[in-house]
Amino acid sequence: MGSGPKILSQWHKLLQNNNDNPTIIDIKHLSYAIKKEEILKDINLEVKQKDFLVIIGPNGGGKSTLLKLILGIYPSKSGTISIHYADATNKLDIIGYVPQNTNINLNFPIKVIEVVMMGFASKKTFFGYAKEDLDLANKLLEQVGMQKYAHQKIGSLSGGQRQRVMIARALFAHPKILILDEPTSSIDVEGQAKIYDLLQELNKEITIIVVSHDLSVILNYATKVAHINKKLSFHDMSSFESSFDTQKEHICEVELLEMLGKIK
Amino acid sequence: MIEALSYEFIQNALIAGILVSFISGIIGSLIVANRMVFLVGGVAHAAYGGIGLALFTGIPLFLGTSLFAVLAALFMAYITIKERDKTDIFIGLIWAVGMAIGIILVDLTPGYNVDLMSYLFGSILAVDHEDLYFMAALFVLILFVLAFWYKDILAVSYDSEYAAIRGINVKLFFTIILILSALSVVVAIKVVGLILVIALLTIPIYIAQYLCSTLYSMMFVSGFVATLFTLVGLWLSYTYDLTSGACIILVAALSLLFFMLWQKRS
Repeated sequence: MGSGPKILSQWHKLLQNNNDNPTIIDIKHLSYAIKKEEILKDINLEVKQKDFLVIIGPNGGGKSTLLKLILGIYPSKSGTISIHYADATNKLDIIGYVPQNTNINLNFPIKVIEVVMMGFASKKTFFGYAKEDLDLANKLLEQVGMQKYAHQKIGSLSGGQRQRVMIARALFAHPKILILDEPTSSIDVEGQAKIYDLLQELNKEITIIVVSHDLSVILNYATKVAHINKKLSFHDMSSFESSFDTQKEHICEVELLEMLGKIK
Repeated sequence: MIEALSYEFIQNALIAGILVSFISGIIGSLIVANRMVFLVGGVAHAAYGGIGLALFTGIPLFLGTSLFAVLAALFMAYITIKERDKTDIFIGLIWAVGMAIGIILVDLTPGYNVDLMSYLFGSILAVDHEDLYFMAALFVLILFVLAFWYKDILAVSYDSEYAAIRGINVKLFFTIILILSALSVVVAIKVVGLILVIALLTIPIYIAQYLCSTLYSMMFVSGFVATLFTLVGLWLSYTYDLTSGACIILVAALSLLFFMLWQKRS
């Protein structure tokens, strides 16, 4: 994991690319309530194509709700969520999603490769899978370093391995945006770093939005940070010059928020 | 035993046993994978209301039972989709109310002294041609649904939230699985009876679960294992003149016990 210099280099990258970095998600005046209880209030958020956006905030603050609104799992009632992409015929096809809980149905008889191809087929086939789908699934498993597990039962993998499979599944539909809800909550530190390195690699091509409580993630990988607790406060990491070594120093989330607040 | 095979009712029983075993293996796999065992248990008992309805109105037995079971399944699908947290209460409700309706309808049927035991514990030796056609038609229907929508059903069963995001109609497939389960319960009642139906729909699947890493292999292996139980159970039933449904279930349960002990050792 890098630290300060990496952030600076990301900043330079960001400055260079600013002109050809169009907005991909534009959220305006979004509010959401469940049975009169306000979950989100007047959220405004602009996500650009090359962003690595980290969403932080307390439990119950509305992070997952915002993700589900963007994904369209929940209908948005007030405000707008626009997704700008040239071929955005179907919103679902340009957003890949990795859910928070990947420990569901561990006894379920399904192979890793079947999970990757789940819910998406390039053409209709009886029983089996199309060859191009199998090829793509194998390629993606290779990309996330899981190819040798392709024919194992999903329940036999560790939490970190399963998370990688879920990322491959999310990439299967060639998304332009990848949304992850606390992808490393049940994984050891080494596994976490591997996953974020993978996400950074993917970020060269696609937009990454991730909910995380992990500070080293914010300092090492994020280009933007949004804090959500019913309302949203936003911070662009590109103006955040820092020489912290997050490996040595312990910073708690509150301190970081204070810092972000000061800079704002 | 060999000369028994020349009797038509034995032949029918064997064909019915094999058909129902494979239906149970396939549908049981879906029921276990979707954690609907208790729900389908409710539908099985509610189906007795259909038996009462058929006897009272004089419509064919399979028709009445199917109608009632499918209605119970649709009702449960509606409850599960709309009021998820109340599912347990409604399962208990249809379980008891369905049976109560059946008993009252049988009471009201004039001059008919129905053999309740044959519905509770099965009457595979009384299978006729009409029953066999119904079973074969259901088997073909299940294969047809799987051939077209296996991948969607797999996605919905494994991770329904993700399936919904990918644009699969989760509610539709959930309802289809429940309707097929209800129809399978109706044919399984003929073989093992409604009290024992759940055992036939789960025991082979529990064994197959350890041996298989894909859903379709689990369906096939469960069907094969269920066939084995049914044939051995039928042989015991014929040889020692015991109730066939109970024999089949005890063979299955003992096999499960030995399988688990063997699992522990290896």
